[in-house]
Amino acid sequence: MVDLSVDIAGLRLENPIMPASGTFSEELAEVFDIECLGAHVTKTITRDYRSGNPTPRVCEVGGSMLNSIGIPSKGVKSFLDKTVPLYRSYRTPLVVSISGNTVDEFAALCAEVTVDGVAAIEVNVSCPNIEEDGKAFAIRPSSTYEVMRRLRNATHLPLWAKLTPNTGETPEVARAAEEGGADALVVANTLLAMAIDITTRRPKLGNLMGGLSGPSLKPIALRMAYQCAKATRIPVIGCGGISGSDDVLEFLIAGASAVQVGTATFVDPKAMVTIISDLRRHLEGEGIASVRDLIGTVVDGEQRPSVVFMEAAP
Amino acid sequence: MGVMTSPPLAGPNASEHTVFEGDLAVLSNKPVNSEYVQLTLAASAELLDRCHAGQFFHLLCPSNGADKPYLRRPMSIYSFLPESGELQFLYKVTGTGTRALFQLAPGDRLNVLGPLGIGFRIEEDWQHLILVARGVGLATLAPLALEARNSGKRLTAICSARTPDLLMSIDYIREMGAEVVTVTDSERTSGMQHLETVIEGLVAAPGVDAFYTCGSNRMLTLLQTLGRRHGIPGQIALEQQMACGLGMCHCCVRPFMRAGERVQLRVCREGPVFDVQEAMPW
Repeated sequence: MVDLSVDIAGLRLENPIMPASGTFSEELAEVFDIECLGAHVTKTITRDYRSGNPTPRVCEVGGSMLNSIGIPSKGVKSFLDKTVPLYRSYRTPLVVSISGNTVDEFAALCAEVTVDGVAAIEVNVSCPNIEEDGKAFAIRPSSTYEVMRRLRNATHLPLWAKLTPNTGETPEVARAAEEGGADALVVANTLLAMAIDITTRRPKLGNLMGGLSGPSLKPIALRMAYQCAKATRIPVIGCGGISGSDDVLEFLIAGASAVQVGTATFVDPKAMVTIISDLRRHLEGEGIASVRDLIGTVVDGEQRPSVVFMEAAP
Repeated sequence: MGVMTSPPLAGPNASEHTVFEGDLAVLSNKPVNSEYVQLTLAASAELLDRCHAGQFFHLLCPSNGADKPYLRRPMSIYSFLPESGELQFLYKVTGTGTRALFQLAPGDRLNVLGPLGIGFRIEEDWQHLILVARGVGLATLAPLALEARNSGKRLTAICSARTPDLLMSIDYIREMGAEVVTVTDSERTSGMQHLETVIEGLVAAPGVDAFYTCGSNRMLTLLQTLGRRHGIPGQIALEQQMACGLGMCHCCVRPFMRAGERVQLRVCREGPVFDVQEAMPW
């Protein structure tokens, strides 16, 4: 019997498979028993009600997809009154994803969601910071540090910083999050992208641009997870284009301690169930006692930091 | 209580999952006229018994041909026949997903997720139902004839198309015991003014308890006006691009007026059938 459990900064997960924020809600329980997951991760919530972006909010691009949903949210009250009690009936740890337009708003929400029933807080620092020209907090190390520092003082719960691929400073941002008080890093969110209908000449998304997710994002997210694992001492949770157990193995070997599955669930609602059983079967077949034995076992020789942390094309 | 089709939310460790995900065998996949194709899948009576008019399945169109659709495609149920074990869809080949779907041959398997969403509601005290649909919209509304027959309601179907040969499903609707009124562009009978006259005639006698429609702005506006004029409720089936189909991603929202406020509702979850007066022309 192989051991699939992992430890994310003191939080024990039965297995390393959890949903990516925004691709999961209680509705998935109509398709399979969601208690089998390593964690439940909510769609990002904001303090106040948000209606989200104009439609179309989704389009597909060569075996992957773009989305621009715009974080519609019912606000923190609905989360505390409805969502938390609903998930309390599961043993699976609940991770709440939060977002704020400003550091103050972020910190206030962080304190408000620090309640019984929430196991960890995922900090969506990939969202725009209106105090810095709308650039996402996690584009720059300084704004990442500042927001994480404030959130660290706002809660005793584990803080997972969800980074963005829309930066040229991945290792620096990762270290800034760690120094600011992050307990783990989720690597990464979607990559800013675009698609245009050549007949109408209109962008295919109502918001003109949106985030790329799905298999084509995987090599980018994998590279970032590797860099973040090298750059920090805190656990990395891989996220981006994972659709099968081989993808999970790749992220674990690169240094991730767990993974999030997102877009794959849209195509195959039971993707996470299949991945968990395939992962178990793989470990059994290879005679690997614990999934933890794989973490960070990448055979990369003694690479110079300048190579590992390279951002420009080689 | 009316015929309700909302799937209940499952609790923890729910032993019964209300949404089916799996492969179904293709029985046939043939054009029915110059534009539309009918796909028939073999399905268990247990699955078909859970289907209702107005609901949809999220289809994983094959990506092993020249077209490689990535996301699933939502498609409303055309017919569900527990007696013969058949689940049918009617579609027009327009893009990557439907082109891939058209490649399916008898014996192939198609992965489906469903039934999903809230279908048409028929209240017990309603006696005479009016269905107004055009083109492929008839595919969405045709199973309402089956529901009406099953619940012993009288149904009049006003079927609109560009030409008489594109009037689909009227034989099926007649077989279900409904009266059919056809209107076409080529016969110059499909204008909104003529439709209004036809519907006003039915309201005068025998009387109308509910309207059902889908997909057309002009039809929506007409039924909103007639509904308000005579206090007749109406339901409309709407479409939107979808990703998950289950309600998780919030991609498929549309705006509605509810209690004086503009709200965004998910077509996959709160719909695809909505109140005619709440729907907003687009």
